[in-house]
Amino acid sequence: MAKTVLTVDHVGMKFNLSKERVDNLKEYVIKRLKGQISYNEFWALKDISFSLQKGDRLGILGLNGAGKSTLLKVIAGVLKATEGDISVKGRIVPLLELGAGFDRQYTGAENIYLYGSVLGYSKDFLESKYDEIVEFSGLGDFIDVPIKNYSSGMKSRLGFSIATIVEPEILILDEVLSVGDAKFRKKSEKKIIGMFDKGVTVLFVSHSLEQVQRLCNKAILLEKGRIIAQGDIDSVSKIYLKKTEE
Amino acid sequence: MKQYIKNFTKYRFLLAELVKKGIKLKYRRSYLGILWTLLEPLMTMMVLTLVFGTFFGKDDPTFPVYILTGRLLYSCFSTSTKMAMKSIRQNAPMIKKVYVPKYMYPLSAVLYEYIIFLISLIVLVGVAGVLQVKPTIYMFQAIIPLVILFIMVLGVGLILSTLAVFFRDLEYIWGVALMLIMYTCAIFYQPERVIGTGNGWVFSINPLYATIANFRDAVFGRPLGMYNLCFSAIFAVGSLIVGIVIFVKNQDKFILHI
Repeated sequence: MAKTVLTVDHVGMKFNLSKERVDNLKEYVIKRLKGQISYNEFWALKDISFSLQKGDRLGILGLNGAGKSTLLKVIAGVLKATEGDISVKGRIVPLLELGAGFDRQYTGAENIYLYGSVLGYSKDFLESKYDEIVEFSGLGDFIDVPIKNYSSGMKSRLGFSIATIVEPEILILDEVLSVGDAKFRKKSEKKIIGMFDKGVTVLFVSHSLEQVQRLCNKAILLEKGRIIAQGDIDSVSKIYLKKTEE
Repeated sequence: MKQYIKNFTKYRFLLAELVKKGIKLKYRRSYLGILWTLLEPLMTMMVLTLVFGTFFGKDDPTFPVYILTGRLLYSCFSTSTKMAMKSIRQNAPMIKKVYVPKYMYPLSAVLYEYIIFLISLIVLVGVAGVLQVKPTIYMFQAIIPLVILFIMVLGVGLILSTLAVFFRDLEYIWGVALMLIMYTCAIFYQPERVIGTGNGWVFSINPLYATIANFRDAVFGRPLGMYNLCFSAIFAVGSLIVGIVIFVKNQDKFILHI
């Protein structure tokens, strides 16, 4: 019996979309007095339940606006679910937005520590891995240049190198397999495949069905925030194909 | 509770990094760098002494020290509360993408401003030495108003950072409020002159004035004023409790408003 590493139990995420954005006190007081504040409730996710065992690779399929990214954000802890529970065993590494914690005025070297700390790594750990990160990013002398002078490819190379320096139990991928130039892409794919072989659990979002089929063994299909199909990858992708052809 | 502590230990290094970043970047593009922390209060002190001391005919030789104490504590209060207020919005890109305990942002903002403030106290020591303010045993009491000041800015900072997420115009309102606080802190005049006009009550309701008055007591070698001590301590702890409660209650909604 394999170990369950991620359980998502009846998760729902509600957004209050106000018809007009009220973000200052003056408008708030005026509208409140006139009784004009109204919200549209909108469930971006509703009643999502699934669980993953160690080594499972789950593809999340769905059309735009189906709630795929919201689901990943909820699992990564960026958004707090309105209802339901999520239990995670082990370290999650979200490769969602590489370099979200970068500071533009900082050099690459300083950003390694800053972004590493954002991801919750300790100082000693980062010091011991520093050379490996620089080496993998292939930035060389650029590491001492403020990253406002980096190209976007260099930034994501650095971000990728920092984020993947740990061996995560759960890896969240949002179409990031296309990082940097062809050479780096090969290198990063190799690294991720290496993690797969070690039995990491993966959550993968992509619009490319072919990519999902190649990487994943399970899938869920979302529509308007609900799961409409889940199971092994072949049966779900058949339903997905049918949906897209409609 | 246990979980909070565990989480805090995990992100302790992040807090250190954010504080370091705040201090480093504040002066990165200036030639004199961190020296500005010392020069800026020194220069404002000179201007204020010139205007309110010389022009208004004050002959107390320690008047610059009097101004400097008020000025340093006030600017600590105003800059840290302002930075804390902006901290959530400023870090919006990060909050939207990675999970980090959100109190890290206002806490780090207050911490690095407070550390800069502590460094700037060197100026006070220097000026007090030059103007021969006699060191007394009472000076050790200075630590008490300094601790109260820290609790106060953290509490007020947490309250403001929460409210500023929902109401953007708070930045302007707080700017005006700070002006009122500044003029009622007796930074560059003696409070006796106002008390003489029957408007002394403004000092008894201004917690920052109470802290400054206590700090001056310590610097000029007097026992701390009891009313000011109790009032500022109660206000500081009270604002911290209110700050923590409203911050924790609302932090999950931040992401929907930034």
